[in-house]
Amino acid sequence: MNKIPVQACINGEAVVFLCEPNQTLLEVLREELGLTGTKEGCSNGNCGACNVILDGALVNSCLVLAVEAEGKSITTIEGIAGPNGLHPIQQKFLEHAALQCGICTPGFIVAAKALLDHNPQPTEEEARRWLAGNLCRCTGYDKIIRAVLDAAETLRNT
Amino acid sequence: MARVWIPALLRGMTGGQSEIEVAGETVGALIDQLEARYPGIRERLVEAGRLRPNIAVVVDGTRSRQGLRQPVSEQSEVHFVPAISGG
Amino acid sequence: MSSATPTIEKPPYRVVGTRPIRPDGVDKVTGRAIFGADVRLSGLLHGRVLRSPHAHARIKSIDTRAAEALPGVKAVVTGHDFPDPQNKVAASGEGTVNLRSLAHNCIARDKVLYFGHAVAAVAATTPNIAEEALKLITVEYELLPHVLDVREAMRPDAPLLHDDLRTNEMGQRAETPSNIANHTRHERGDVNQAFAEAAVVVEREFRTSMVHQGYIEPQNGTALWNADGQISVWCSTQAPFDERNQLAEILGMPVSKIKVTPTEIGGGFGGKLSVFLEPLAAMLSKKAGHRPVKMAMNRAEVLAATAPTSGSYIRVKIGADKNGCIVAAQAWMVYEAGAFPGSPVDAGAGVIFAPYRIPNVLIDAYDVVVNKPRAGAYRAPGATNAAFASESVIDELAEKLGIDPLEFRILNGAKEGDRRADGPVYKRIGFIETAQAAKAHPHYSAPLAPSRLDPEGKNPAIKRGRGVAAGFWFNWGGKSSAWASLNPDGTVSLIEGSPDIGGSRASIAMQLAESLGVRAEDVKPAVVDTDSVGYNDATGGSRVTFGTGWVAWRLGEKLKQQLKARAALLWEVTPDQVKAEAGVFSCNGRSITLKELAGKLDETGGPIVASDTFESDEYGPGFGVHIVDLEVDTETGKVQILRYTAAQDVGTAIHPAYVEGQLQGGVAQGIGWALNEEFVYDAQGHLLNASFLDYRIPTALDLPMIDTVLVEVPNPGHPYGVRGVGETPIVPPAGAVANAIYHAIGARMTALPMSPARILEAQGKA
Repeated sequence: MNKIPVQACINGEAVVFLCEPNQTLLEVLREELGLTGTKEGCSNGNCGACNVILDGALVNSCLVLAVEAEGKSITTIEGIAGPNGLHPIQQKFLEHAALQCGICTPGFIVAAKALLDHNPQPTEEEARRWLAGNLCRCTGYDKIIRAVLDAAETLRNT
Repeated sequence: MARVWIPALLRGMTGGQSEIEVAGETVGALIDQLEARYPGIRERLVEAGRLRPNIAVVVDGTRSRQGLRQPVSEQSEVHFVPAISGG
Repeated sequence: MSSATPTIEKPPYRVVGTRPIRPDGVDKVTGRAIFGADVRLSGLLHGRVLRSPHAHARIKSIDTRAAEALPGVKAVVTGHDFPDPQNKVAASGEGTVNLRSLAHNCIARDKVLYFGHAVAAVAATTPNIAEEALKLITVEYELLPHVLDVREAMRPDAPLLHDDLRTNEMGQRAETPSNIANHTRHERGDVNQAFAEAAVVVEREFRTSMVHQGYIEPQNGTALWNADGQISVWCSTQAPFDERNQLAEILGMPVSKIKVTPTEIGGGFGGKLSVFLEPLAAMLSKKAGHRPVKMAMNRAEVLAATAPTSGSYIRVKIGADKNGCIVAAQAWMVYEAGAFPGSPVDAGAGVIFAPYRIPNVLIDAYDVVVNKPRAGAYRAPGATNAAFASESVIDELAEKLGIDPLEFRILNGAKEGDRRADGPVYKRIGFIETAQAAKAHPHYSAPLAPSRLDPEGKNPAIKRGRGVAAGFWFNWGGKSSAWASLNPDGTVSLIEGSPDIGGSRASIAMQLAESLGVRAEDVKPAVVDTDSVGYNDATGGSRVTFGTGWVAWRLGEKLKQQLKARAALLWEVTPDQVKAEAGVFSCNGRSITLKELAGKLDETGGPIVASDTFESDEYGPGFGVHIVDLEVDTETGKVQILRYTAAQDVGTAIHPAYVEGQLQGGVAQGIGWALNEEFVYDAQGHLLNASFLDYRIPTALDLPMIDTVLVEVPNPGHPYGVRGVGETPIVPPAGAVANAIYHAIGARMTALPMSPARILEAQGKA
């Protein structure tokens, strides 16, 4: 089989990988690059567990072919925390107990990062609308929404 | 004498009686006494020397894990109920 | 946000009742936590499953030769590669599982019993090759007539799923085969006479659809059948020890040869109590020359072929006297067991009238097999169906009697000493306190926003309503084992065997911290494999914070006793003269902190460890009362939840944030069950909506904030008063939503889900 070389910037580092033309970005992140923080919940774009930020846009990595990453910049959950520790979104998820099993958490945190990058002061309605592509079966979303709105306030004040 | 509540589906064997006073110090002894009075009732509750796996015994409001060995008192109330499962 | 209404004064706890950050939190927000699909072993193969396209068929032949010949394929297995276990019944969760059924469910032998039933599995060097190989397997089927509806399946002329299944009635087997696996009856008093004398009687029939737990992480399992006969399995499971037993039976190997390592688990809700892929992965590993094999389902497989919970048909009749006292209640309940016996109908029968004091009761419950996936547990299994039916009828009775629906429930509510509908007498329970807390909540007295008119200003287009409902769950104690070692810096390593599905590492560690006298952060919990800790029952039945927490409390006490002895040694007194309070040990004016004492382990006799195993029967049931405001778009039939409040008797909330989370999560699942979720089969028995797009669970946009009221009635059967909290909150929502819809549009909804089509039909608009 013919593998295709792809150059991308993942979490701030230049990366070169080989992939098959039918492999998804999700599969390559997890299986080839060992970035298993990005989760697979449905493989068809309905649950958001595999959310990554691709050149500033929030995407389901299960719906992106790995070859489409050529020349692009990708942020995964592994790239959210800074050198000095957790990102405020991550910290607020912990403080608000906004996770139970934790499988959807990476997707939610990446999606919330994309939201706050676009809109630093979302209303509850805007946060709910933005995060409606991320399914959580444990929390009923209450604490997740509170964590995201609280993180937004923290980010605005820093 | 402990008071045994006869499960609805076994009352055909007890002439329709739903509560029966029985002497005995364990659930197993109560069942032995019931068997003496209503032959065949033990087989409905017990399999291979243990309570049937889908039956639980409740003594004085608490589901017991000791099955036939569960001690009972003179004032005890004994129920045989389905063993239920949670998620 | 929550408010707490303590009815019994709590002791001044230092750790219990606080909200520390969970010990596994950082790993879970950074993507480092290892879930089942994240397991990586050298030489790993990937397995895929070939599934039945038919609802019911005999397997005439399976030809796997072409698949085996495909480059990259390392092994293929079918049902005939496995030993056939006996009809042995083993513990699973709080209930039991027939291991032969379980084996035949993991991979079909001679017959497929539902769309999606596994018939063969392949291991290959890549997932894509394994997928390609499935297409090369030829299965010759002889189609058999199928049955999907429980009442049709009960008919004497229905197609039989199992030739050897005969109805069990409390230990007596029927003479002839049937799809009715089991009949249970609870009877007390004389319902017929009581109904005849009642002032008001309401009778209705209800239907609910099969629904799925909808955990976000698909089932997965990685297995290595080593050359020395040792089998290691890594998987996402609620029940590593149960799975070890199941694997032993299905693989025909002794338990001692099997080690199950529970990875982090991405939700379960009762759906991950038994094996699906793990035996296939193990057998593939053996056949592939002892290479590890990883298997994971896709979402379509999860929906079609795991263990969703029963659809049901329920008839309920309740009568009350003119003073509003319930005099009799009757239920006739039939639950879909799916392809193998074992629906949660008996639990449903125990739940259906549980909140109330009723002198005359008759309940008949039937477990019926149909050509759908084997029904499993789903959070308070069997209870949501039952409460939807009974709470709808209770609401209608209250209305007919002209009594406030919560007042009616309080008037008839069960208390300590009252008799449960299925017989036994309640001990200390908090139903009345919970109903009163709901009634006192500002939500219940807040005016409901008026209905809105349509754009022409004529008809109300958006109608609003408020509904309430109650719910009950048994809870469970179960067996737990754990051990702990004191570190020289005064911290404690806690080794436990209860997979952490919703923050239980925190709630268990906190109980050890409280009893020993250290901070929550000083206890470091780890969940380990089945070789590394004593037996633990499943994480299920709302038992872990109660049962494993109880063991943690005992470990703390045991460590404290040993530390007292060490202090006594230093001070040349007897251990009973040493007092321990909040991590400080003292005697006759001398004192030493736990941390200082831990630093002197070596000089006072060496390491301090404790281990314990325990099971308590004093878990005590839980009750919830919910209030919901919603609006119905009368043109589209869409229902929007506007406000929701869940009150629950939670015993003592160890970590209140995670208790609130359990209530909120249960409510969200209950709302999904009420409004959207259902398995849709075509006439041939094919599942039509096997994706998260078509099997639609609630999103953040579908729900409001969910208010919780933690009513703390400490459970006298636990050192800190803990009661299970996880399951009860899914019980009331469907009934509460149905009652609110009635108050909005004036029609009683009698089928779940209450989808837009059904709402339109109820308004005569369909």
